[in-house]
Amino acid sequence: MKDFIIPSRDMGTPAVKSDVTVTLTVDGIAVSVPAGTSVMRAAAVAGISVPKLCATDHVSAFGSCRLCVVQIDGMRGTPASCTTPVSEGMVVHTQTDEIATIRKGVMELYISDHPLDCLTCAANGDCELQDMAGAVGLREVRYEPGASHFAKRSAEGPNPEWRPKDQSNPYFTFDPAKCIVCSRCVRACEEVQGTFALTIEGRGFDSRVSAGMQSDDFLSSDCVSCGACVQVCPTATLIENKVIEIGTPEHIVKTTCAYCGVGCSFDVHMRGEEVVRMVPSMDGKANRGHSCVKGRFAWGYATHQDRKLEPMIREKITDPWRVVSWDEALGFAASRLRQTQADYGRDSIGVITSSRCTNEETYLVQKLARAVFGNNNTDTCARVCHSPTGYGLKTAFGTSAGTHDFDSVEETDLALVIGANPTDGHPVFGSRLRKRLRQGASLIVIDPREIDLLKTPHMGLGLHLPLRPGTNVAVVTSMAHVIVAEKLYDEAFIREKCDWDEFLTYAEFVLDPKHAPEEVEKLSKVPADLIRNAARAYAAAPRASIYYGLGVTEHSQGSTTVMAIANLSMLCGNIGVPGTGVNPLRGQNNVQGSCDMGSFPHEYPGYRHVSDTETRELYQRVWGVELSPEPGLRIPNMFDEALAGRFRGLYCQGEDIVQSDPDTRHVTSALSAMDIVIVHDLFLNETSNYAHVFLPGSSFLEKDGTFTNAERRVNLVNRAMTPKNGYEDWEITQMLANRLGGHWAYTHPREIMAEIALTTPSFAGVTYDLLEREGSVQWPCNEAAPLGTPLMHIDGFVRGKGKFMHTEYVATEERTGARFPLLLTTGRILSQYNVGAQTRRTDNVAWHPEDILEIHPSDAENRGVREGDWVRVASRAGETTLRAHITERVAPGVVYTTFHHPTTQANVVTTDNSDWATNCPEFKVTAVQVSPSNGPSDWQSEYQTHSDLSRRILPTAAE
Amino acid sequence: MHYDTMKLIRMAGQMADFFRNQPDRPAAEAVAEHINSNWAPQMRSDFLDLIASGAEADPIVRDAAAFVQLPAA
Repeated sequence: MKDFIIPSRDMGTPAVKSDVTVTLTVDGIAVSVPAGTSVMRAAAVAGISVPKLCATDHVSAFGSCRLCVVQIDGMRGTPASCTTPVSEGMVVHTQTDEIATIRKGVMELYISDHPLDCLTCAANGDCELQDMAGAVGLREVRYEPGASHFAKRSAEGPNPEWRPKDQSNPYFTFDPAKCIVCSRCVRACEEVQGTFALTIEGRGFDSRVSAGMQSDDFLSSDCVSCGACVQVCPTATLIENKVIEIGTPEHIVKTTCAYCGVGCSFDVHMRGEEVVRMVPSMDGKANRGHSCVKGRFAWGYATHQDRKLEPMIREKITDPWRVVSWDEALGFAASRLRQTQADYGRDSIGVITSSRCTNEETYLVQKLARAVFGNNNTDTCARVCHSPTGYGLKTAFGTSAGTHDFDSVEETDLALVIGANPTDGHPVFGSRLRKRLRQGASLIVIDPREIDLLKTPHMGLGLHLPLRPGTNVAVVTSMAHVIVAEKLYDEAFIREKCDWDEFLTYAEFVLDPKHAPEEVEKLSKVPADLIRNAARAYAAAPRASIYYGLGVTEHSQGSTTVMAIANLSMLCGNIGVPGTGVNPLRGQNNVQGSCDMGSFPHEYPGYRHVSDTETRELYQRVWGVELSPEPGLRIPNMFDEALAGRFRGLYCQGEDIVQSDPDTRHVTSALSAMDIVIVHDLFLNETSNYAHVFLPGSSFLEKDGTFTNAERRVNLVNRAMTPKNGYEDWEITQMLANRLGGHWAYTHPREIMAEIALTTPSFAGVTYDLLEREGSVQWPCNEAAPLGTPLMHIDGFVRGKGKFMHTEYVATEERTGARFPLLLTTGRILSQYNVGAQTRRTDNVAWHPEDILEIHPSDAENRGVREGDWVRVASRAGETTLRAHITERVAPGVVYTTFHHPTTQANVVTTDNSDWATNCPEFKVTAVQVSPSNGPSDWQSEYQTHSDLSRRILPTAAE
Repeated sequence: MHYDTMKLIRMAGQMADFFRNQPDRPAAEAVAEHINSNWAPQMRSDFLDLIASGAEADPIVRDAAAFVQLPAA
């Protein structure tokens, strides 16, 4: 969908919610708006643009520029329309002789201290100062040249008021010479992002925008490069480097970010087939106009020189790659897959789909396994992140999904954040939560590490329960103990929405003294008082919400913790009402979608078991083939079966399993044992070192489709440019399927969605027409909910009665001891994403060039480790080296690292322990020893050599 | 055995640890149902072989074997 006009007009001040409607007239036009709306916004609703400079609907009104003055009958003087609220019967005039004179005077002053290099200015054609000079009819500037901020030199010599450009941030430039000190950037940093990195220093003529201290530039300051300041800047003071380089865009394509599970809507500003910038959409229902450094700026990987654009094959993984035609590559892949099945049986091959791919792509890949391979060997990377969410929430509530939309956070009184780090992992949601915390909502964090959310400026109550990794179930169950023991539960809710007898049995279970905070303190290291206070606060808040991440799921008891969380919410009636709920923060853009689309080996799309006859017969009818009623292999099972010699072929789309799955040696041995590994990706990733066929993929900018975010929101992805590799990814899967006799004939992803809707009850109403009309919809979307379902379980649970499961703590087998006395846990950092395949190929490396091991000062001192030293991290699975950072953010006995860089290979040390229900790996707990080291381990050096050898490509004949 | 199939016993043991605390029904049946709906036939058959050959396992896991089904040949 191409949009050739500016999509959303700036209404000047933010929308206001009110039950009371006020009617007024603006320039003779009657208009009705919610009480509390500004006169400026009311005028905008009436179609009248009042001139303005400091006002924008991204931030609250400030009233500093005096350009937006109006006259109101019965009111004295000329009030600023941005800060004046409407009242019933008000009569507003936006243009009178007096106002015109004031505005010209104001503009004349602004322009007297602004350079007039408009023709060569990067904001030329997209400058609000320029527009306003035109709007108020400014024709002359009568001031004599004098003191200014913009002239580098005057006749007397260098101008002491002039400051050079700040180009420290790789994505945007700050040019103080063009600043009009409207303070929009400062307010956006506070109100929208919540970072408070910017300030206005000095007074009067000395007022300047500053990134913190005098010594700070934008990069060294607290700035997180979200881009909010750049977005609101009315001039060229803060502007994207790409706009400086290319020029202004000429059309806009709406799309959805391909990074985390927040699923921000973006306007891709294009010039021809070149992206000029990505700007978050004001009408995006997940992000409401905000973005983070990844979505906003880190899209350069899509055109990075490392991208491979031609198919390649090789006989053996020790051979160099050979560039071939699509025809040859697909023929080679198809014949090897069929040969493998002929030699080793129908179940000897399978697929892995990716949470980075669209719903339509994922649907086709699982269909390839089920309908063309004839088995159910399909799994997705959600296996290694949120599979316990699927199992746990389905058991408790009846659906494998989060209960609320992100807007709901605006109404929460308390947020309980467990095993998640929203300001780094889900930054736009993190900002929305921070905004609510600044308004007075309370925060409880259960996490081994002191996350940044706890340092939110101006927030209310903030409790941190720094538990020992692996004790989530004990701590959350102990909170339930307190709630039941102190009778803080919501009896009416439980009687109505759950089974009372079941609750009584559960109450008996949690009241066991072993769940008391004093007992749990012994194993979790969380002070009993803290557990009690947290439980009381959660129960006392009128509307309490729970947000959780992989710190919950990636444990041997991941599914149990999800159920324990569900228990808490049911106990306190925190479900079915805005501001409450149980909300998993999904790691990747389409984790929810890839699960919905039947990627799991035991479930068809819509979470229906493969043994369910009715569903199987439906797919047999639609697909025209016999289907297997037996569950297939999960990813870890595939590796085990490969080492047993029975699983020998894999088609892996958009997923780097060598880097992202635990116990790397186990994964690489398994892959090395296979006869045919097909990697379909943008880059020659780590997995491709073990592949026989490489199929070049397309980026999200090059294809149509949909992503489903953490709120079950199905968002459109629209093609902004021609695929550089020649095909959209769904077309490549279709070509492979057809080589294997699939007879597929889709001509556009909308036809794939039509098949999904036809066969999946929760998607029955989803069509591209609807998505184009509504922007997005949240499933279930069907006859009962034609526009989707923002909140689930309002009138009762999907499964009927909510189910209280008994959540007994079972210690993980991964225990510390004399050899491995520390616990390693892992996480994500703001500027990098997942295994880094995308973000490492952008300027985001300016913030995080390598993975660092965080270690407590006492543990460091015991080992003779100093800040910045190379350290060796060893577990029973393997060892790696990285640099140490000494910090009290982690407790003694706990070390922490990220996993964004392949040379670090954090997963060389993680083990094959996994969640009891879903085999989701226990990434978050590994017993390790840390010791000083001289540099990379032997394994790392060998790996690098092997990796270089495996990526050789034979020169083509023409060269 | 080609590889560490004891892993299957370990995984079933983890399930037993969960289901032994649930009041609704016998833990062995719940473990077996979880295995039937989540494990591929080959894994189920390896598991049954291990139990039949006397592998050391939690009593619930051993009892579960009676309810683990294999596809009709």
